[in-house]
Amino acid sequence: MKFTEEHEWLREEDGEIVVGITEHAAEQLGDIVFVELPEVGTEVSKDDECVVIESVKAASDILAPLDGEITEVNEMLVEDPGKINEDPMGDAWFFKIKPSEPSQMDDYMTEAEYKDMIS
Amino acid sequence: MAHHRALRCPAFSGPESDRMDDLQSLPLEALHLELGAKMVPFAGYSMPVQYPAGVMKEHLATRASAGLFDVSHMGQVLLRGDAAAAAFETLMPVDVLGLPEGRQRYGLLTDETGGILDDLMFANRGDHLFVVVNAACKSADIAHMRAMMPAVQVEEVTDRALLALQGPAAESVLSALAPEVVQMRFMDVRTLMLAGAECWVSRSGYTGEDGFEISVAEADAEKLARALIAHPDVLPIGLGARDSLRLEAGLCLYGHDIDTTTSPVEAGLAWAIQKVRRTGGDRAGGFPGADRILKELAEGPARGRVGLRPQGRAPMREGVPLFASDGDTTQIGAITSGAFGPTVQTPVSMGYLPIDLAAPGTIISAELRGKRAPVEVTPLPFTPANFKR
Repeated sequence: MKFTEEHEWLREEDGEIVVGITEHAAEQLGDIVFVELPEVGTEVSKDDECVVIESVKAASDILAPLDGEITEVNEMLVEDPGKINEDPMGDAWFFKIKPSEPSQMDDYMTEAEYKDMIS
Repeated sequence: MAHHRALRCPAFSGPESDRMDDLQSLPLEALHLELGAKMVPFAGYSMPVQYPAGVMKEHLATRASAGLFDVSHMGQVLLRGDAAAAAFETLMPVDVLGLPEGRQRYGLLTDETGGILDDLMFANRGDHLFVVVNAACKSADIAHMRAMMPAVQVEEVTDRALLALQGPAAESVLSALAPEVVQMRFMDVRTLMLAGAECWVSRSGYTGEDGFEISVAEADAEKLARALIAHPDVLPIGLGARDSLRLEAGLCLYGHDIDTTTSPVEAGLAWAIQKVRRTGGDRAGGFPGADRILKELAEGPARGRVGLRPQGRAPMREGVPLFASDGDTTQIGAITSGAFGPTVQTPVSMGYLPIDLAAPGTIISAELRGKRAPVEVTPLPFTPANFKR
């Protein structure tokens, strides 16, 4: 699993990358009350805003970590945004992306490096 | 800034070490930190925005049982002198002279254009008036009061904390320390001994719930706060839930829902202007901006503050522009406060609209992140008030 400076986690799964936010991020954001997901099939470039999340405090964006195509989104989060606070590293993934430049994954941090960054 | 980077929003801006340095600390700061509060800058103070329970649980706990808020950043002012009440009436469209001893009332300082300089609470405590004003306005308010009321002694109280105990369990919690609180009605004020400290207590608050506001000497504040949070029905509550509670209760936040560009009548605060100060009353007019305010009372304002319920799930916050319909490109108003309402479980907002579009049930259009979305005009408050009248 890799981590971005924007507190996303990236997990490779059958040639696709599953994207979510870290427990640290979910904790800092506070209770999440709204999620807007991208449409399946959308072509995104690295750093495109592709998810909006709203917590009780404020709105934030999640950026596409890689170039590629959105292949699946976690519709459950739209119905139950609180799931992100309950299980950010597991069931509450946001979307899957089929990367067009898989080597972009190399730019991201290992878990140990991410833990260093937030400590 | 090329991008609004992911997860870098005001709520996520971390310790803010540079700005936190210039901030004043609350007398209870050590207790807040011990309780695990996350501190943020607010109105020049380092304030607890939330505790480990989080905004949602803190909000719901206040509506279900009781919450303790540290509002010591607010300004506490004493007005002394024989003519204090009469003089204070020259600054506000409010009946001050008619307020009986032992009672508190909501007031508004207005300017010459009829705009609102601040909103406040004032109490008749016998030989003086006790006034509580907003933190961000307190220096300006005190300067204004001193300039406009030269015969009145305007004393800022700088050695007392202010706590608010709010929620349906507030009475039972506080009565364990002082049984006589059960005799107090909404907006009664008394001096009571609580946990060995002389406290100035009012039955009031800013959450829409029953509760008490307690002014206590700084030296005694921690002991009292600890005695209150020791009760199993009481949770410490931060600014985050204070904001969502007051918003659901339809209460204005100064600097957002009201300011010098809004009049009391536009803001839906005409209820705070008693008959005696209105046209035909014994002490009609004689306050700053009376021409405009009395005219708006007689003829109705051009725009008004309304409750707004976004039809979708996305909260609409301050600044979101409003339009008459999806096809209209002329902005007619804006949201002044908005958030997710934990009790109503929908997004809730307030804002200003032209009077012809301000009737509950009207559907208007808002622009959020470049897209239009429908919003329904609703009555305020979103949650019924729970005061002990």
